[in-house]
Amino acid sequence: MTAVFLGIPTAPRGVGHLRGDLSFPDAARDSLRDGQLRANLGHATATIRGKRAAVVGEVPDWAELREAGRAIKAATMARLDEHLIALEEQVTARGGTVHWASDATEANEIVTRLVQATGTDEVVKVKSMATQEIGLNEALEAAGIAAHETDLAELIVQLGEDTPSHILVPAIHKNRAEIREIFLRTMPGVDPGLTDDPRKLAMAARAHLRERFLRARVAISGANFAVAETGTLAVVESEGNGRMCLTLPQTLITVMGIEKVVPTWRDLEVFLQLLPRSSTGERMNPYTSLWAGVTPGDGPQEFHLVLVDNGRTAVLADEVGREALHCIRCSACLNVCPVYERAGGHAYGSVYPGPIGAVLSPQLTGIEDNASLPYASSLCGACYDVCPVAIDIPSILVHLRAEHVEAQQHAGPEALAFRALSKAMSNPRLWRLAQKAAGLGRFLAWGRPTLPAALPPPASRWTRTRDLPTPPKETFTQAWAREHGG
Amino acid sequence: MSARDEILGRIRTALGPDRAAPAEVRRDYRLTDDRSPDELLDVLTDRLEDYRATVVRCAPSEVAATVGSALRTALGEHSPADVVVAPGVPADRRPDGAVEDDGRPAVALAGYAATVTGVAVAIAETGTLVLDGSPLSGRRALSLLPDCLVCVVEAAQVVGSVPEGLARLDPLAPLTMISGPSATSDIELQRVEGVHGPRTLVVVLVA
Amino acid sequence: MKVALFATCLVDTMVPQVAMATARLLERLGHEVVVPPGQSCCGQMHVNTGYRREAVPIVANHVRAFAGAEAVVAPSGSCVASIHHQQAAVARRAGEHALAEEAAALADRTWELSQFLVDVLGVTDVGAYYPHRVTYHPTCHSLRMLKVADRPLQLLRAVRGLDLVELPAADQCCGFGGTFAVKNAETSTAMLTDKMANVLSTHAEVCTAGDASCLMHIGGGLSRLRSGTRTVHLAEILASTEEAVTPHQSTTPAVPA
Repeated sequence: MTAVFLGIPTAPRGVGHLRGDLSFPDAARDSLRDGQLRANLGHATATIRGKRAAVVGEVPDWAELREAGRAIKAATMARLDEHLIALEEQVTARGGTVHWASDATEANEIVTRLVQATGTDEVVKVKSMATQEIGLNEALEAAGIAAHETDLAELIVQLGEDTPSHILVPAIHKNRAEIREIFLRTMPGVDPGLTDDPRKLAMAARAHLRERFLRARVAISGANFAVAETGTLAVVESEGNGRMCLTLPQTLITVMGIEKVVPTWRDLEVFLQLLPRSSTGERMNPYTSLWAGVTPGDGPQEFHLVLVDNGRTAVLADEVGREALHCIRCSACLNVCPVYERAGGHAYGSVYPGPIGAVLSPQLTGIEDNASLPYASSLCGACYDVCPVAIDIPSILVHLRAEHVEAQQHAGPEALAFRALSKAMSNPRLWRLAQKAAGLGRFLAWGRPTLPAALPPPASRWTRTRDLPTPPKETFTQAWAREHGG
Repeated sequence: MSARDEILGRIRTALGPDRAAPAEVRRDYRLTDDRSPDELLDVLTDRLEDYRATVVRCAPSEVAATVGSALRTALGEHSPADVVVAPGVPADRRPDGAVEDDGRPAVALAGYAATVTGVAVAIAETGTLVLDGSPLSGRRALSLLPDCLVCVVEAAQVVGSVPEGLARLDPLAPLTMISGPSATSDIELQRVEGVHGPRTLVVVLVA
Repeated sequence: MKVALFATCLVDTMVPQVAMATARLLERLGHEVVVPPGQSCCGQMHVNTGYRREAVPIVANHVRAFAGAEAVVAPSGSCVASIHHQQAAVARRAGEHALAEEAAALADRTWELSQFLVDVLGVTDVGAYYPHRVTYHPTCHSLRMLKVADRPLQLLRAVRGLDLVELPAADQCCGFGGTFAVKNAETSTAMLTDKMANVLSTHAEVCTAGDASCLMHIGGGLSRLRSGTRTVHLAEILASTEEAVTPHQSTTPAVPA
């Protein structure tokens, strides 16, 4: 059953960051030529792969944890409506206010209204994929509200007027020299003697943001988990910018996708083991903040939770594709993906890059708005191996390719070719004829062992960089039949 | 129709009229850690030091002196009044002259150089201290704004695994799980300790 | 044992020497080899490109061609992985439940070559002789879907005269990926370049693997570079003996057809 058939809307166009301007192959063409980007990504992903492998390797029950994580997510999705209602009750009972947003536009309107009601014109933000997805910063800016990103990598991206290219490390495409240059150019009052030492750069960010944290009246965060039975929200982070935002301002607005709910408090014992080791390659991330509603005398005294759909229910309608909603945003799949490592995050055109992005973005937007993404994979399966909740990404990619093919009204040349090939391959007599025809290709080689590099498209897309062997005179089955008198 | 009804309706449509019962979640991962209490203290120490935290052990009678000495190491010569303690920290465990958090506006805590708190639980396997907003742990801003955090951990508060740790906590309390000093790996995935949270973490293990 | 050989569409049409080597090897080990004449393709290319409906008649043809076979062996990790993980699923999705049952049953009797040798026949020393410096690339579907693990390496280590050198970053995809190699030709080439750099760093004469498709990709790149390093399928190495070997650099098969 598909969302289109059921009339469930996908994420609307014209708002947020789920669609790119270019198809994946076109966008990748540019990034593949960027030697600095390739070097930065190669270095960073190799580092994090090694760290993850080491800390996952030391957990004897990793397979059991992973299976439990998968099962919890599957069980959550099967009763998503009930868990959201329970979450709403619990958060409300503890002094929070719950808002529901059908899509990015509604979510942005809700948050803007809430900020305006406080009378402030600036907010501090914890890194959040949901707010990136809906384009909240742009919406706030349009309303005259300045949103200050406080995660170091998000700050680098924001100051550099760039876009994130990784879920966990949005500035993974920048190296220390490039970051130093951005800070020198954009940070008011920065020490002109700033070096490219990562420690010095981090200290510059600390100094830059300190005063903003202390004066902020409103903070906006995402959420890694929300526990339905208790109303407990969780934010997992490293730098302490999250704690600053979640603790110091009077008002906290948390924006989360509806799929982030988990049924029980106990479920966190699974995810708090799976996430840090998969994500930063640490046994535990430096800080995890957990809160339920409002605590008098401790932290924000006004708490709003905004539950966002924005295409998630459309994903839920697809029995195969819905597994993509299990994602806990660890980014392990990005770090092992050979396509991501070379093409980079921007080539995916969405805030969700890499293998998980290639299955999530097209489902959130509707497949035709991101039709090239399911093909942006060699189906090597490394993503499935490392996924802490065992999302079978290769199978979803293949499924979405079929959904795209089956959505076409008219058969193009590729579809016609595959149909003809299907006819041939399902009829031994026709197949022998087709093989004979392919064998005629050997005459193009003029007796050489490989075919010429200059073949017409689509063969040229292979032969531009790779030789193609000259087809043999005789197929194996022919030779065998000849030998065995068949 | 409200957005709430709209979304809940979409979920019901997406899941269909005859949705299957969710499969049972098998929790056959490790729920407990069989290692001895002494071993767990060693594991906790090892993990914390791996995060570049400082760990010192002392007897129950030496806590105040050990905390004082750790503060001198971390801060150098300092005024006793630069140190703020959580209100629930017993008087005989406070360094001389330290100020008790009196509930002043949270941002005012930024003026202190160091904080001394207790913890609710410590998880050995991951090197994690959990503060729960109780008088002993202090409010959240207290363990956040001063640049040096000293946490006093009782041996009896140390558990082996994450499931054991979470089982001891109140899900409704404002909880902060702390595993080492604040850190970032945002620049070339190289870990740098100390960004916005305390740059120095000292753990006093009372055993 | 009577073994039905599934050559696979690519090997049958483009590199017949790989299927011939597989047959020779199994015969040398004392087994009867049959080649069902109705065979064509497992349907993987259709499924993986999005033509799962069009794959169903191909699956049906495959099931028909191998009906009654006691054991089916193919010199391809990815085709066997498709038989195990995709055939029944696409049939079931198309509502062809009887076909799905038959495909699943056939999959249970279908093995990738190295798994068949090590797990079913219980041999690691197949009596081969191959006096070359060789590096082994574990193809993704062999490694991750079939979990062949070190079986091919066990087989290679037992080959007399063979100097096995470890391939750096061996588990990284070569960039083939079926139609990925043409739909995303530039990313595919970038992946291939790194794979070739690793292969060349070993100074091996031969890069081997259990999939002719990946080898056609890696070999096509190495040939374009005039690197002198060639690709040879695992089956060809295992089929080589003192009596039938081509020790010189050549693109011709090690085993005469």
